This record gives sequence, structure tokens and C-alpha cells, in this order.
Amino acid sequence: MSERRYETALAKAPRTWVSQLLIILVCLVLLLWSSSAVQSNSTGGSGFSVAKGIVQGILHPTPSLLLNLNTNGVPYLLFETVAIAFLGTLVGAVLSIPFSFLGASNIVPKPISWLVRVCVMAIRTIPAFVYGLMFIMVTGPGAFAGLLTMSCCSIGMLSKMFTESIEELDKGIIESLDAAGCTLFEKIRYGILPQLMPSFTSTLIYRFDMNLRDASVLGLVGAGGIGAPLMFAMNSYRWNDVGAILLGLIVLVLIVEWFSSRLRIKLMKGE
Amino acid sequence: MKKGNKGKLSLYDKVFKPVHYTLENGSTIDEKRSRVPLILVILVIATIAAGEVTGFSFSTLVNRISYFFVILSDMVPPDWSYMPRVWQPLMDTIKMSLLGSFIGAVLCIPFSVLCSSNLVSKKVITGFFKLFYSIVRTLPTLVIALIATYIFGLGTFAGTVAIAVFTFAYCGKILYEQIETVDMGSYEALQALGMGRISAIRYAVWPQVLPSFISTVLFCFEGNVRYASILGYVGAGGLGIILNERIGWMEYARVGMILLSLFFTVVIIELISSRLRARLVQGEN
Repeated sequence: MSERRYETALAKAPRTWVSQLLIILVCLVLLLWSSSAVQSNSTGGSGFSVAKGIVQGILHPTPSLLLNLNTNGVPYLLFETVAIAFLGTLVGAVLSIPFSFLGASNIVPKPISWLVRVCVMAIRTIPAFVYGLMFIMVTGPGAFAGLLTMSCCSIGMLSKMFTESIEELDKGIIESLDAAGCTLFEKIRYGILPQLMPSFTSTLIYRFDMNLRDASVLGLVGAGGIGAPLMFAMNSYRWNDVGAILLGLIVLVLIVEWFSSRLRIKLMKGE
Repeated sequence: MKKGNKGKLSLYDKVFKPVHYTLENGSTIDEKRSRVPLILVILVIATIAAGEVTGFSFSTLVNRISYFFVILSDMVPPDWSYMPRVWQPLMDTIKMSLLGSFIGAVLCIPFSVLCSSNLVSKKVITGFFKLFYSIVRTLPTLVIALIATYIFGLGTFAGTVAIAVFTFAYCGKILYEQIETVDMGSYEALQALGMGRISAIRYAVWPQVLPSFISTVLFCFEGNVRYASILGYVGAGGLGIILNERIGWMEYARVGMILLSLFFTVVIIELISSRLRARLVQGEN
């Protein structure tokens, strides 16, 4: 009796094997296609010794570099990197606020918001080092160029997240403030800001976290921070210096990440 | 309005005394002073300090910002005749990110299971693997790519490895967070029926996290295509190599062509993947 019920239930189950087979086939074809790209100019067996050098370097960082307090030491370079990431995030936020309001479909007409979004995507597509080179023309090499590059790279993600939170605005609150006779300023202060601030701040903290990590990219083009010394040390195979810098970077990022995730949890809970 | 708990006044509340209200029914309420002024002061100080360190100056910015658009205006119109030589590196970039994302996503599954505190009871093990993920995540992708070029030689393989490592760390973290919030009822039921731990995970936990995991991987893949174009800068294959060359030769019209092709590729991939992700979310509900 009960076996029959199972059988009918099983017979009713949707037959998905055709579509599943199709998906698997597509994935396999894509994988085979992409594996044709795997090629490398052999290093002639030196790869293993390099790997050994890196591991040993990270285990034995140069102490003089790690504890040196002048402008060549790891602490100052890390401080400079934090400053670049912090101001870069701030400037990026200021730049992305107009983009985010103009990209929100509940504020401006659809065609305009669509156009602004395409613009933001184009801004995002340009790789960081291209921005870096462009800004070096403006300010000359140094931390200032790095800061501006960082802010341009932040625009894409920041305005996308800002737009999302603007589109989630509860209009009822603004209408009720309107009904209570509030002025425009009061409506923005009590109706809009409290709704946007938590998600904006949370996005900003998250982006600061990411910028700190990406700061090494800037070193490539000579745009300040810890990136350049890291790249120099790697290019000249000074693995112990690489170890010292990486160690500093890892510890810093871990600390900042711990703080930022705690802050964001607090913001989400609305404290 | 928050109720002030008098036992726990922080330093800030001792300096700036809370406002004291007495209600009509006689009960008293303390409203703590807003933290906003303190946060603002800290922010302003941090901004000024950071401005000093980085040499921020508005006058340079205003006077010389036109130079920013020099390169940009040289990129328009792009050099269309260069396109045939862009195809190969562009395809390499896509292939690198596809394969790298796949390898990273597959590799992170066992590690994420070992991270999940609801599947592995030993705190030492979950803590160790979580720390491992955090450390891998702090390594900048470009640095991984550079190290990979030293170990595996210049070429697309180094880029694939860098992307795989990044995907591994990013998707792995999200996967173990999802596993930890999974409904454990069916897992326990299957174990009570006498199933082994691995097969219980396979039939009770895995189906619950699969849709959102695939969605995460797709999202990561989108970002990887964009990131893979940078990796060429250190010689790890893809668009970055020719991009770097053309910038070096100051052939900005060709740089414009490369960027335009990258833009369209990213848009198309994002369209496809956001379609797929929307369907995955629908299938979940």
C-alpha cells in the first residue's frame, strides 16, 4: 500500500535530468575551452627554489625593516597606506554621491538613471593602474596620486551600493513628515538621513577595508603606500624584506577587518 | 529613546551628562548624549592627519586636473584597426577567470566544511581554518600573481592561479557563513537514520547552500574578469600585458580600444550572470 504511494509520488517528480545534463555539458565545454589558455613559459625548474625562498622569507622577516620608525620602515609605510585608503574612500564617497542619486530610478526618470549606471560601469572598467598613470600626470608620483586613484576605483562599488539603499527608501516616512508640516531641511534631516546613514556608513567601512587591501596595486605605478617597496623587494628577490612587509600588511588588514566587521554588525543592529 | 542603565556609564557619558527626563507617571529616564559630535571630531582629525601624510592639496587638484583628461581624450576615438590583435588576450582573460573561478570554487568546498562550527565540533579546527581563510584573503591578488609568475613562469597559468586563490578565499568565507546558518533539522534526521557524516552533509546541507553558493561564484567570476585585466601588468597573461605595452608606447587610441572591448565583455558577462543569479534566487523561493 505505502509502496504504491511512494511510486506514484516518485513518478510525479519533475524530470530534470535533461536540463541537468545540458548544464553539465555546457560547463564541461566551457572548462575545456578555458583550459586551452593554461600555458606558461617554464622557469626551468627554478620555481621550487623561489617558492622555498618566499616561505623562508616570510618566516624570517627582516627585523630592522619591521621595527624601523623612519619613513622607510614598515610602520610608517603602513600608516601612509592607511591614510591613502582612508582619504581615498572619503573622496570616493563624495564623488559617488551625485552618481548614486542620479542613478536611483525612484528619484530621476528611468532613461537618466540607466545612462548614469552605464557611466558608472565604464568608470569601473578602467583598471586601477590606468587611473594611476593618469593621476601621476596631474600630481606627480606620490601618495596624492594614489589617493586620487583609490577614490576613482571606489566610485563604482560605492555608487552601486548607495543607489541600492536609496531605492529602498521608505517614502511613507517622508510623506508623514510632510503632513506634520516639516520643512525641506527637516524632511532631509529626520526623514532621509536616518534611513540612509547606517547602510552608507557600513558600505564605506567595507570599502575602506577593500581599499587597504588594494593599496598594493598602486605601488606598481609609483603612487605611494606600501606597494612600491613590496614590488621592489620582490623584483630584486629580497624575500626577507618581502616577508617583513607582507607580515605587516597581513597584521594590519586583520586588525582593521576585525574592527570593521564589529562596527558594521553594530550598525546593522542599529545601535 | 534609550533607557540609560546607570550602572554602566561609559567615560563619554560621565563627561557629557545624560539628559534627565521625569515622565508624568513619575518614572525617570536618562537619554544618553549623542555620539555624533565625538565621531565627527575624530573623523575631522583623521582627515586632516591623512591629508598631511598624503600631501593632499586642493590647489594642485584644481589647477592641474585638466591633465587628467589629456590621456582620456587621446583614447577617443579608439583605434578600431587594432581590434584583431585584442581578441587573443581578451579571450585569454576570460579563459583565465573562468578556469580560475572554477578551481577556486571547487577547492574551497572541503575547507569551508571544516570551518563550519555546526558540522565540526572541535573549536580548534574551525578556528584554525577560519584564520587560514583570513590570512589568504589579506594577500593582495597582484602580489599572489607576482609570486605565481616567479614560481610558474610568465603566462596565463600564473594568472589562473592568482584568480583561483582569490576566488578560493572569497567564496570560501561566504560558503562557510552560509553553512553555519543552515537548518540543521534534516542533517540530524539523516544522521539519526544511520547515515554517515559525509553523506548527511551531501544530502541535507549541500542542497540548502548550493543555489546561493553558485550565485556567489558567478558574482565572483564577474569581478574576476575585471581583475584579470590587471594581472597582466605583472606578466600573468591576458589583456593587462598589451594594455601595459600600449601605455608604455603612449598609443592611447589603442589603449582606448582595449578598454572599450573590456567594457563590452564585462557588460555582456554581467548581463548573463545577473540573469542566471536572478533565476537561482527564484528557484530558492
